[in-house]
Amino acid sequence: MAEQMIPASPARLELQGVSVGYNGRLALSDVSFQAPHGGQVAIVGPNGAGKSTLFKALVGLLPLRGGRILIHGQALGQHKDCVAYVPQREAVDWRFPVTVADVVMMGRYNRQGWFGQPSAADRQAVRRCLEQLGIAPLAGRSIGDLSGGQQQRVFLARALAQEPHILLLDEPFTGVDATTQEATLDLLDALRAQGVTTMVSTHDLSLAARRFEYVLLLNREVIAFGSPRAALSAEKIQRAFGGRVLFVEGVAVVDDCCAEASAPC
Amino acid sequence: MLTWLLEPLTYGFMQRGLLASVIVGVVCAVVGCYVVLRGMAFLGDALAHAILPGVAVAYLLGGNLTAGALIAAVIVALLIGLFSRQGAMREDTAIGILFAAALSLGVALISSVRTFAVDLSHILFGNVLGVSAADLGLVAGLGGGVLLAVVAFYKPLLVVSFDPVLAATLRWPAELFRNLLLVLLALTIVISLQTVGVGLVAAMLVTPAATANLLTRRLPTMMALAALIGALSAMVGLYLSYYANVASGAAVVLVCTGFFMVALLVAPGRGWLWRLRRG
Repeated sequence: MAEQMIPASPARLELQGVSVGYNGRLALSDVSFQAPHGGQVAIVGPNGAGKSTLFKALVGLLPLRGGRILIHGQALGQHKDCVAYVPQREAVDWRFPVTVADVVMMGRYNRQGWFGQPSAADRQAVRRCLEQLGIAPLAGRSIGDLSGGQQQRVFLARALAQEPHILLLDEPFTGVDATTQEATLDLLDALRAQGVTTMVSTHDLSLAARRFEYVLLLNREVIAFGSPRAALSAEKIQRAFGGRVLFVEGVAVVDDCCAEASAPC
Repeated sequence: MLTWLLEPLTYGFMQRGLLASVIVGVVCAVVGCYVVLRGMAFLGDALAHAILPGVAVAYLLGGNLTAGALIAAVIVALLIGLFSRQGAMREDTAIGILFAAALSLGVALISSVRTFAVDLSHILFGNVLGVSAADLGLVAGLGGGVLLAVVAFYKPLLVVSFDPVLAATLRWPAELFRNLLLVLLALTIVISLQTVGVGLVAAMLVTPAATANLLTRRLPTMMALAALIGALSAMVGLYLSYYANVASGAAVVLVCTGFFMVALLVAPGRGWLWRLRRG
């Protein structure tokens, strides 16, 4: 099944001097980096660093104030359904009357267009993605009846059903159970093998250092981009997190206690 | 029993009234599903009141009241969309301003006419027994068009309502579909003008959909159930109005509220009695 998920052409993501703002205030300025196809990038930074803003710009939800986003060397928007986005759980209306299978089928909507009906291939893809995330038995359940971890796996399955070239995960490790965390990490491994470029925002510095090839240290601008070893130096973490970081015998402790309770950054 | 059911139908005005009420009940209920799910109840109520100046102008000029209402409704719907689009103002603030201004303008215009009280009460609470054959044709045509649009644009409307971010990643024009929904809502309110009136149309939009939402977990089923509840309420309400001699719009809304109360008590898994039994 893995073979069928390989994108037609290798993904490459390049940002050149990207600036994004809300209401006249710049939330991100002059962000430049390049992720090779199949690269896995952890985006790390304090609350309000612009992690979610970066994602919104990457899906075309926020206009750019400056710079360019290139996918396969072409401007954003040239490729349809190329970028899949898994939102933070707080951003979804869980009371909406849709089932797990309905949500995952939405990942196939781009192939169907506004008026088309799901094909046999679409149904098969939905079933495959549900199975890959271990939620096939929940297919007919209402999304509001699921646990937080199950809800997240529904959206991961949908992103997978989109067969994206670039996958964006917004805080997938925040407030979920161990099973879901493991399922997410397994999925990342599978995606790496398929050459899907993945960007994951996280508060977890040690996870970023252990499981990712690249780390983007962000605080309204790029503090560092590179291998975890290079990007997560004490001095750079200090610069990104400011006074909220404490070094205890060489181990960074980030005082970001309210991260999970506060508004999305 | 059969004569009891058939007797009112011997009158042409009752046949037309019943047909119009059922169509309006169904269209309101289906569009109402989006109103309930997107939290647009206040918007629906406001739009209903905001068409008053259009009706008043048409009345003063001796034109078609429905056409006047239609123009006013679409203008107000798009203005609300425009006001709140840039995020400069919360949508409910924009609605509050436009709604009060339009209502005042409508009342000011109508108050210049001598038969003010009667005309205003017909607009506010409907006059279902005054539905002409031409009115019925308009209600059926516009109502059918709205239903067709809801079915045809099912996927984009679902995505824009449930997950606007997905709409953005799919490069679907979310703004366009948001405005389409506002226009469909405006059309629905216009055809409700004569059966339940602007004062009660919000109930026809919200109550059947809210009732259906208690009983199902999927949008298509919710729409079908809401349509059924809307149609049933219209029929039962109209017979009630005929035999008990009460205002028809009010009777329809009260029957509908009755359905909602029953669902609230006994809805499987979510009703109050259900929860009580489970402790």
